[in-house]
Amino acid sequence: MLESISVSRLARYLKDVIEGDLKLSNLWVEGEISNLSRSTRGHVYFTLKEGAYALRCVMFQRQYRGAPLDNGAQVLAHGNVTFYEQRGDIQLVVDFVQPAGVGAKQAEFERLREKLAAEGLFAEERKRQLPAFPSCIGVVTSPSGAVFHDILRVISRRWPLAEIVLAPTPVQGVRAAIGVTEAIRQLNERPCTDVIIVARGGGSIEELWAFNEEIVARAIFASTVPVVSAVGHETDYTIADFVADVRAPTPSAAAEIVAPDWQQVWRQVRALMQAGYTAVDGPVRRRLSGMEAAGHRMRAAIPDPSRRLEQIAAMVRHAGAVLGRGMDGRSQGANACALQLRSLDPRATLARGYAVVQLREGKQAITSVHQVKGKDRLDVHVKDGRFPADVSRQYGF
Amino acid sequence: MASKKDEPGFEALYQRLEETVARLEQGDLTLEESLALYEEGMKLAKRCQEILQQAEMRITRLQESFSEGLTAVGEETETYEPEYEPAVAQDELPLE
Repeated sequence: MLESISVSRLARYLKDVIEGDLKLSNLWVEGEISNLSRSTRGHVYFTLKEGAYALRCVMFQRQYRGAPLDNGAQVLAHGNVTFYEQRGDIQLVVDFVQPAGVGAKQAEFERLREKLAAEGLFAEERKRQLPAFPSCIGVVTSPSGAVFHDILRVISRRWPLAEIVLAPTPVQGVRAAIGVTEAIRQLNERPCTDVIIVARGGGSIEELWAFNEEIVARAIFASTVPVVSAVGHETDYTIADFVADVRAPTPSAAAEIVAPDWQQVWRQVRALMQAGYTAVDGPVRRRLSGMEAAGHRMRAAIPDPSRRLEQIAAMVRHAGAVLGRGMDGRSQGANACALQLRSLDPRATLARGYAVVQLREGKQAITSVHQVKGKDRLDVHVKDGRFPADVSRQYGF
Repeated sequence: MASKKDEPGFEALYQRLEETVARLEQGDLTLEESLALYEEGMKLAKRCQEILQQAEMRITRLQESFSEGLTAVGEETETYEPEYEPAVAQDELPLE
């Protein structure tokens, strides 16, 4: 049963087969550049050769970005294999080129770094500030191994106020990248998380590889809370380090960066208390001496200043008490003022046997014999109250 | 602190303490206002110190979604014995 098939159907079928094959996408291919040419639109065409074998390649203008292309150069080219229906050509659509000899891992690292940098994932202005006093620290790392223990030890010493939330994940092997991605997402779903540490101990570039994968970089970028990365040794840089808000040289260092020092914060609180005391002490002192003077003047000027004086005395006692609670030794000054002010209270004088005499009408205090005349009615104030008195009928005649 | 959901956390308390002191230092307050602010500040500072002293680290472990060969443990919380000495020498205790 031989049936013919149209060119268009076959071409579409070939396109589906070739471009649907995951083995033919996201490839690194090594070879020697030949037949290099540029179109007027800025696209670059070349052939990758190895002995008798050849592969057509195209690099479109927007991917080109000055890639190191020269006839005869040995390169690693990254891209997808496609089928170009109009010409029946199979070609590699290249998006990144590295000089050969660096190794595919290094080439992939450079490619991703350049791509994500161009997208702005590493931008300095995107870096967020870490919380000054974190209440909930998320940790993305392996539950076994020393890393989590190191982080716990540092945080418990420096800032035991925080809750530590471990989002456990493998940190190497095929599941590491998706595990780290998922862990970051899980921690972001918890409303209390206010900073995340992504950590892994030292290892070979293969062992650290998950932290160079694009999904991990994008998960860190998508995190709504700041991320501190600590992957490998001090000299290891991963893509995750570039995206993170802060890059720490080691997991312990990440914990030090995230957790403020408990004792330092204690001293800061004390310094604030001291500053508050200093700020309120001066004005209170000035106001106290002002009131003292006012007390003197009132005593001289007002017949019955005792109620106002009592208010002032109460205020002074209150000021003394508040400051006294703040700092015992230094409140003595305030207390002394209060005592002195209380001694000006006319009731203290009455208690010693003196009396204040007022005209019942008019209420002014009698300080002179000329203020009264015969038959005037008076009130006499003594320590525990007052009694009425009349001026004798004959007085003044 | 999770048991007292309504209470502001350390960060909020500390921030209010800073603001209170800044307001006091700025001056132009009546005596009553500055005394009230001072009292408020001392309360905030005391609360900050209490939180600092009562700190006990809590550890929560989320379920592992992509582990190999590990059974899911669910979410569990434990407390961790802090390695520092929470007690502060008496002569170090400030202003109270």
